[in-house]
Amino acid sequence: MDQLNQWLAGLLEGNVIFTPQTLGYYWTGLVTTSQLVFLSLIIGLVLAVPLAIGRSSRHRWVSLPIYVYTYVFRGTPLLIQLYIIYYGVVFVEGIQDSMFWPILKEAFYPALIAFTLNTAAYTTEIFRGAIKATPRGEIEAARAYGMSQSLTMRRIVLPSAFRRALPAYGNEVIFMLHASAIASVVTLMDLTGAARFVYARFYAPFEAFIFVAAIYLCLTFAILYLFRYLEKRLLAHLKPLGGN
Amino acid sequence: MKKLLTVSLLGVAIAAGTAQARDYDHVRFGVDVPYEPMEYRTPEGELTGFDIELGNAMCEEIGITCEWIEQEWDGIIPGLLSRKYDAIMSSMTINDERRQTVLFSDPYITPPSAWFAPETLDVEEPSTEALDGMSIGVQRGTLQDNYVTDMYGDVADISRYSTADDMVLDMEAERLDIVFLDFPVGKSTLLDSEERQYKVVGERITEPKEYFGDGFGIAFRPRDEALAERFNEALATLKEDGTYDEIYARYFGGE
Repeated sequence: MDQLNQWLAGLLEGNVIFTPQTLGYYWTGLVTTSQLVFLSLIIGLVLAVPLAIGRSSRHRWVSLPIYVYTYVFRGTPLLIQLYIIYYGVVFVEGIQDSMFWPILKEAFYPALIAFTLNTAAYTTEIFRGAIKATPRGEIEAARAYGMSQSLTMRRIVLPSAFRRALPAYGNEVIFMLHASAIASVVTLMDLTGAARFVYARFYAPFEAFIFVAAIYLCLTFAILYLFRYLEKRLLAHLKPLGGN
Repeated sequence: MKKLLTVSLLGVAIAAGTAQARDYDHVRFGVDVPYEPMEYRTPEGELTGFDIELGNAMCEEIGITCEWIEQEWDGIIPGLLSRKYDAIMSSMTINDERRQTVLFSDPYITPPSAWFAPETLDVEEPSTEALDGMSIGVQRGTLQDNYVTDMYGDVADISRYSTADDMVLDMEAERLDIVFLDFPVGKSTLLDSEERQYKVVGERITEPKEYFGDGFGIAFRPRDEALAERFNEALATLKEDGTYDEIYARYFGGE
């Protein structure tokens, strides 16, 4: 650790902007951004599966409320949703004394709630499309084997729907990472927050933002490769024979 | 063709040369609104405040017209350097760090900074022990931000806001324990607030100079020395003929 510190100190010698202190800010920013994006994607994904099934239901009283939810959250900017959840809730009478306040007080949780609801809405629509695109023949074959509706959903529809949804979902993950850049407007020190801090302190827009853009690029590439790997594994049966 | 190019390039060069040396007859000020009572909008939407009135009075004294352009604080110096406006008059404290980038006029007011907290907060002195674990609000990129980051960064949880208004909103919402602000701004937004009772914690702070500088100045691009000089002369005149005191009294009372 000492050696690492020395090496870092040597590397940064004479550098006014990228001191160990500001690099520390970027590091906390990276941690916050990763937590925020990862958690909201996981929770959003878990929410989206039942919502997507409900959304493709034939019963209007199931599908309509979910349609309204996805319509509202896909139809308004994420920034507005974040503002409403962070600054809006404090005007609800008595919120400061309620059991929710310890959670809503921190900037992290309102941001997490906004991001989760937003990504869940998009993911629901992605999955719904994939479920709708299930070939009729597969469902009829499942019926012919005597599978119940829920068993058909579990064994036939969902597995193939997930595979179909994978490329579109990969895009959603990357969009979410980039959308998380607005977290700094509610005082969160995420990657962009760290960059804005360095920018405001040293008046160095190029250094502060190009550095952070490079970090986002690396994250994006990591996500791209993860999904490329998943697609290779899970969609192998769709490849032409003899291809690589 | 080549000749034409040379001639036109020459023309551009000459035009650029005269642009650099030009005498301003119209000055655009960058300002971060709101920052009561230094710059804010009246309920009718009119831009006003101590900076605005003093700035307009100076322009009148010099005999030029001026215009105010709104810009968020954390981009205000880059905006000046990229010529979005010609000067900054927006409660900007003169300090050495900023002097490396911009040229300052003489200070036109020297307000202290202070800690503001709700009446109910049980802290008498803002020592690092007393503020341990508290959430402190500051405006991003201000000298208060620098001071708090360096002094309390290890012990407290610092929230940085784009505007002073957002910070006051979070103070009212009980998200923040204590905030560190320019004293006149804190007085007008918090002490005079009707929502909750606020108090000043500890003394008003003007030291150390490396953070708190030498008062508020107008910032110019470094080569606009002549323009800065004209504003310095105008300020001196206004102080002599009593206009300055009149504006001062209107915003800060008899203090």
